[in-house]
Amino acid sequence: MIGIIDYKAGNAPSVLNALHRLGVPSSLVSSPDGLRAAAGIILPGVGSAKATMDSLKDMGFIDALEERVLKQGIPFLGICVGFQVLFEHSDEGDVDCLGWMPGEVKKYPEDMVRVPQMGWNEVKFVRRHAILSSLNDSEFFYFVNSYYVIPRDENIVLAKTRYGIEFCSMAAYKNMCAAQFHVEKSGAVGLKVLRNFAWMAGGKHC
Amino acid sequence: MLTKRLIACFDVKEGMVTKAHKFQNNIDIDTAENIARRIYRDQIDEVIFYDITASSEKRKIDLGTVKRVAAHVFVPFTVGGGIKNLNDMYDVLKAGAEKISIDSMAVRNPGIIREGAAAFGRQCIVLSMQVKRVAKTPRIPSGYEIAIDGARVFTGMDAVEWAKRGEDLGAGEICVNSIDRDGTHSGYDIEITSLISDNVNIPVIASGGAGNPGHVAEVFLKTGASAAIISSMLYSPAIGRNYSVKEVKEKLMECGIPVRPWIQDYSV
Repeated sequence: MIGIIDYKAGNAPSVLNALHRLGVPSSLVSSPDGLRAAAGIILPGVGSAKATMDSLKDMGFIDALEERVLKQGIPFLGICVGFQVLFEHSDEGDVDCLGWMPGEVKKYPEDMVRVPQMGWNEVKFVRRHAILSSLNDSEFFYFVNSYYVIPRDENIVLAKTRYGIEFCSMAAYKNMCAAQFHVEKSGAVGLKVLRNFAWMAGGKHC
Repeated sequence: MLTKRLIACFDVKEGMVTKAHKFQNNIDIDTAENIARRIYRDQIDEVIFYDITASSEKRKIDLGTVKRVAAHVFVPFTVGGGIKNLNDMYDVLKAGAEKISIDSMAVRNPGIIREGAAAFGRQCIVLSMQVKRVAKTPRIPSGYEIAIDGARVFTGMDAVEWAKRGEDLGAGEICVNSIDRDGTHSGYDIEITSLISDNVNIPVIASGGAGNPGHVAEVFLKTGASAAIISSMLYSPAIGRNYSVKEVKEKLMECGIPVRPWIQDYSV
């Protein structure tokens, strides 16, 4: 079973719809106890980094997530703000985040581009990874973001994208993968990424 | 680079997609669910669903249809119509939508833009505006006035000023619907789309009047619009010829406009 963390501002239902379409056993998880049965965890995200961190803290998720993801090493996928909060700090709301990946989160230069970035942009993969199975060297995904991550360790970068500047649109580190774009809203290619993640977590038997 | 988006827009009444001419004389096309399934497979970039009767009949949005559409649409999905407060927004997002479009309600209560952006993030809030060309006056210097309630009530507000205010209040996108062009298949209103996109730094969606792929190319070439709504040319029987998303994208590519490429095998 894939557990999708459901906090008030997130778009967990969209992720659930996509996994159902793929026939992957999955459910929304709104309390830390629900993470125990999960073979893989998805942290979706819309809204701000601060609101997301506040929700995760208020709902008591942080310790349970660290136990399952960092200590036990089950497959984890962060999406959009669920990607950004994996880093150490976000300028959005000036908030300290989970710090599972080294780096920080900054705003796009508003003098160069419209903010938020909203739409389909090209994602160029810089190395191979199981979550990219059957994808081409570059694919288009749907982005909605005003902030972007700056990893301190180039080795964790999985993909790059240009929006005024070039930024890290996907990262992978140990058992964790994360994407700035919305895999659940990126048509057939996005569904492939979710399917690959489900396979990493045990597929239809997860 | 970021590509230009094609958005299919459904006006829905009691679960059926309808098509209007200048906001009147609706005809039914098919169920929202069937249209959504078809247009997703046709590789549309995004979908908007207006529950057009919710507002004028003072009832809540049709969440059942929102859920049924969301189950088939794995691209961004915006819902509008009849949204009055944060609870309504929350219900729509929980039903599977990504964004909320607010129009007449935002004119009556501009604070809802700020509240929605604070609660769900500004990317969630699409400020949709109905604009009509009028004589330029000191009160309406752009020559475009904002109307509400299905273009039935005129507000005396200047369209460009309202767009700028909407951005300041926290809207993440602005959808510019031309009342003059709605359902006419004669092309988008280039002037107001351009004026608004030049005056805000959030994405602008052009809406109203597209009748063929050339109109879509024109609005992207002549204005700063980030997205364009196409509806009639996709499915309306009231138009001479319907086009597929693929045909529209081919036209845009021919004109050098960046789009999400068509994929031969769209199955997973």
